[in-house]
Amino acid sequence: MGAQLRVYKRRIRSVTATKKITKAMEMIAASRVVKAQRKVAASTPYARELTRAVTAVGTGSNTKHPLTTEAENPTRAAVLLLTSDRGLAGAFNSNAIKAAEQLTERLEREGKQVDTYIVGRRGVAHYNFRERKIAETFTGFTDEPSYADAKKIAAPLIEALETETADGGVDELHIVYTEFVSMMTQTAVDSRMLPLRLEEVAQESTTKGEILPLFDFEPSAEDVLDALLPRYVESRIYNALLQSAASKHAATRRAMKSATDNAGELINTLSRLANAARQAEITQEISEIVGGASALADANAGSDN
Amino acid sequence: MAAELHVALVAADREVWSGEATLVVARTTSGDIGVMPGHQPLLGVLESGPVTIRTREGGTVVAAVHGGFISFADDKLSLLAEIAELSDEIDVQSAEQELARAKAEDDAEAQRRADVRLRAASAGR
Repeated sequence: MGAQLRVYKRRIRSVTATKKITKAMEMIAASRVVKAQRKVAASTPYARELTRAVTAVGTGSNTKHPLTTEAENPTRAAVLLLTSDRGLAGAFNSNAIKAAEQLTERLEREGKQVDTYIVGRRGVAHYNFRERKIAETFTGFTDEPSYADAKKIAAPLIEALETETADGGVDELHIVYTEFVSMMTQTAVDSRMLPLRLEEVAQESTTKGEILPLFDFEPSAEDVLDALLPRYVESRIYNALLQSAASKHAATRRAMKSATDNAGELINTLSRLANAARQAEITQEISEIVGGASALADANAGSDN
Repeated sequence: MAAELHVALVAADREVWSGEATLVVARTTSGDIGVMPGHQPLLGVLESGPVTIRTREGGTVVAAVHGGFISFADDKLSLLAEIAELSDEIDVQSAEQELARAKAEDDAEAQRRADVRLRAASAGR
């Protein structure tokens, strides 16, 4: 076998192995998307009831709470960025990071100092590489986030919001995550989570024309709100984590699918090249034999004379 | 037909139990509260504790609930809990182990949680 042909054969073998791997990763990601979507669906009843309850307290009483009060002059903001621990997900992480950077820029233009909280090793690595300050990081659970993880993230954020701005607290909290629109579409979005606008929550939860009853609060409206709002924030973060996880798996699936397709194409091209090389080799051998034979014949013809 | 409560017991990551009931007893921060059909709209903070649901068929469902809310309006009652377990889902052995460990480590929070789980498990039997 000629050297050229051997090189082609080797490359085909290696690309075939790669293709098998990416194909397997694609299928794993596809099954994880379904699982993550199911988790999003399973968490909906809780989120829905919680939203209703928040609305009920918000509209049924005039209670004030640090998490719902707008600062007159916001000077510090926190940005929570959700990325993934692992890559191989196409533009998933860079899109989220880009959205966070745009948001940060906008906030800084408005004269606010920004504290960044990051979930996922990819985001942490990006910020560390550029030597940017990170307030706090959370890693190790982005593939399958649990409610306890959301609680862990929410705790320092709520604490920062409840602290006076002068003592290192923040006035508002923004969250950047990747919304799972469909298998094919995932968009990085940013939204302001805190302070909570109760009117918006109310719009979200009540169907048109529904009037919420006047609730009896046990023990009191303040205490209920006190307990309710952190849970609401946690559940929102939990939802964002789940969506981000579903989006990551969908992005991985797509990236791996195109990698598999590319590998298939490459194998085709390489096979054609290998065939051509083999043909060339055969042709050359034949012409060598023919050339040799005719040279012999010429020599014989010469000696006959 | 007697009025009924539509009860939904939801944890943060799943719906634990839902169905019709005639009476629900839960522990709020200011004491145990029983809700029957036609109760005044109510929104309360729950303590860690067992929740007892008397179903329409006369059966009883007991669940261990850790932190959460009870909200009731229009004969619809929702129990929201960060963690909720039905009594027959509770692994008594692991709860006992947890209790022993919590006692050893002097962790009041964990001790109470394990205690609630055990009580709910024994009440459900």
